Amino acid sequence: MPEKKWENVVRAGLFLVIISFIGWAYVAGSFRFIADNPDELIYLLGQHLKLVGLSSFLAVLVAVPLGIFITRPRFKKFDWIVINFANVGQTVPSLAVLALVMSYLGLGYKTAVFALWFYSLLPILRNTIAGIESVNPSVIDAGKGMGMKPSQILWKLELPNASYAILAGIRTSTVINIGTAALAFLIGGGGLGDFIFTGISLYDTGIMLAGAVPVTMLAITIDFLLGKLEKRIIPKGLHWESD
Amino acid sequence: MIQFNNVTKVYQSGDKEVKAVNRVNLSVEKGEICVLIGPSGCGKTTLLRMVNRMIEATEGLIEVNGENIQSLDSIQLRRSIGYVIQQTGLFPNMTIEQNVSVVPRLLGWDRVKIQHRYNELMDMMGLDPDEYRNRYPWELSGGQQQRIGVARALAADPPVMLMDEPFGALDPVIREHLQNEFLRIQKTVKKTILFVSHDIDEAIRLGDAIAIFNAGELMQYGTPNEILSNPRNEFVSQFVGSDRTLKRLNLLTVDDLLQRVAAVRQKKQKSYKEACGGSTVRRDSDLRNALSVLLSSPTGAAAVVDEEGNAFGNITIADFERLVEVHPAQLKSIVQ
Amino acid sequence: MELLEFFQQHWGEMLAKTLEHIQLVGLAVGLSILIGVPFGIYISQKERLANLVLAVAGVIMTIPSIALFGIMIPILSIINHGIGFLPAFCALVLYSQLPIIRNTYVAVKNVDANIRDAAKGMGMTTRERLIRVEIPMALPVIMAGVRMAVILTIGIAAIAAYIGAGGLGDYISRGISTSYTTMVQAGALSVSVLALGSDFLLGQIQRWISPRTADSK
Repeated sequence: MPEKKWENVVRAGLFLVIISFIGWAYVAGSFRFIADNPDELIYLLGQHLKLVGLSSFLAVLVAVPLGIFITRPRFKKFDWIVINFANVGQTVPSLAVLALVMSYLGLGYKTAVFALWFYSLLPILRNTIAGIESVNPSVIDAGKGMGMKPSQILWKLELPNASYAILAGIRTSTVINIGTAALAFLIGGGGLGDFIFTGISLYDTGIMLAGAVPVTMLAITIDFLLGKLEKRIIPKGLHWESD
Repeated sequence: MIQFNNVTKVYQSGDKEVKAVNRVNLSVEKGEICVLIGPSGCGKTTLLRMVNRMIEATEGLIEVNGENIQSLDSIQLRRSIGYVIQQTGLFPNMTIEQNVSVVPRLLGWDRVKIQHRYNELMDMMGLDPDEYRNRYPWELSGGQQQRIGVARALAADPPVMLMDEPFGALDPVIREHLQNEFLRIQKTVKKTILFVSHDIDEAIRLGDAIAIFNAGELMQYGTPNEILSNPRNEFVSQFVGSDRTLKRLNLLTVDDLLQRVAAVRQKKQKSYKEACGGSTVRRDSDLRNALSVLLSSPTGAAAVVDEEGNAFGNITIADFERLVEVHPAQLKSIVQ
Repeated sequence: MELLEFFQQHWGEMLAKTLEHIQLVGLAVGLSILIGVPFGIYISQKERLANLVLAVAGVIMTIPSIALFGIMIPILSIINHGIGFLPAFCALVLYSQLPIIRNTYVAVKNVDANIRDAAKGMGMTTRERLIRVEIPMALPVIMAGVRMAVILTIGIAAIAAYIGAGGLGDYISRGISTSYTTMVQAGALSVSVLALGSDFLLGQIQRWISPRTADSK
């Protein structure tokens, strides 16, 4: 099968690129900085995780209830305002959001958390609304007709059936947030961006990679873990949709 | 059991008022299937959905089991009424067992009772309880899904059922199969059922009574036989179709025909089968089938046999004259 | 007010930076279309390969952009282009692959088999079918992918200012390092306006090339 061959070629090529990059970086002495400064790396990694964790957590805490709220029959008329707001907000580049927030709130950790929180909010909000609104109307009709209270319709029908979209929104948002948090250094938030930007300005490959490699691994790992979590949380009856 | 008194539903469409349902009076007896039928937009579904207050009536009174539904809590009302819709509305996030058990769980039944009820219902539907217990709706065919939909509506044993074109999305063979199953089940459960349909054949097959609607108004209400033999106005006769006489034959059996001709026919023959050239019909087959047999019989007659296959009488094409107001000569053209 | 003054004083330079930004994005997305569209069409016939390619492109998307720049710099330093246009360009091409390949793949795959069959049955040649039926039907979806790629790369190109690629990001980086708030705001606003304007414009084009059917709003 030529397809199979192609697949192997692509896969082998990818591995080769990664291994040769790491090998080359090692030979070039790029990992010496990490080996020499493990404490600093751990400190910045912790700071990065705290930035991402706090802002993403707060984003979920606000976006999901807001999405639920705006899809209630009483407020459904206004959902287009929120959807358009979220769409426009996501079109604005992340660096621009960070810069704008900084220009009003000044440099600092709180500014960084606020900016990251705001930027993380939008994909979750959008997916929550889209997920709830895409639940088959006949399912809601049947639930109502069988005598479910509005709260039961929300918890037993709408949220389980929208869980795929909501979790996908949280996953996307968190992975983007890890990358955006690398920019948070610029507005005084710290994190692994410290190494990357210091490395760039000093033109020092070792310091640069000490930030770039961990932040990449972090993003890929978190993406993978959240993907696993998704599979676990989403009701089994919906798994066919995600394939 | 279900009573509509001057029920009206008005929708506001821009500046105009649209009467989706206009002063409908209707009464459905206990244990009967009443089919609401008419062209789309005639108000039949609106009327159905007013019974469990999915839609609130603008005017008039609806009573279920002698109680004004406005005096009841809408949530409790809905839990006491079975509800089946065309798109099944099965909950994709729940297993088949969870789907069937929704209302009993809402009502707080204990687990053993719920499980017992699930097994009972699945047996009734002709589905293996254990095979389907942990499966999900998307794994089932359309026909199976709709059976689960019916089982789910029957779960808490509600005296009244509302069914909104439950078999409408199925292909004709499956639909007929499910209709027969449904009649078999209804014989044992004897629910009072409001059934929305757009298919006159389905209405005739299933309904103890048929209510025909047009533009929100009740055109005629009666048994299938009454409606077919005596359509009240032009709309009804158009709606039931020019082949209504033939459709009526579906409702009657060979036995019915024999009873009517018995008075006319005195002499008894020894061998019915030979006299009829070998054509036979069963006494419980419907007259449409019987007519088909007669038309292909070389003698124009057929022997009537009982369940054991013993011939005890005969019918001829001319006998149909006793039954319907058409001349036998016309029958051939009707069958074509 | 200060912002307005800033725009008044620097409009010539801002225009140049905007053009620089557009040039970087345009070249990158242009090359991405040249690679991604044929590639997307190719893999639409090969399910397994498609899954693999989309998975790889998905992993690339999860790499934070500033980290990818960081990784590009030492690699491209070998040919003495570690800083500036080239690493930014390469990264932007990589990032815009996923939306373009994925949308092309989906678009071509989803051309209704019945329509394809009908076109064949009417006696159209493969070429006619491609030009008159399949491409017009797939184009809006491909265009949506291009639109996504453009928005994405405008944002990432702003970050690329930190590795010397120029563009509107320069105002943000210079403004932050000199604590010149007005300059930061001017940079952030202009790059946002560029992104929103491009999104709107490409949205209009997308609508314009969509077949005028009831459900293609």
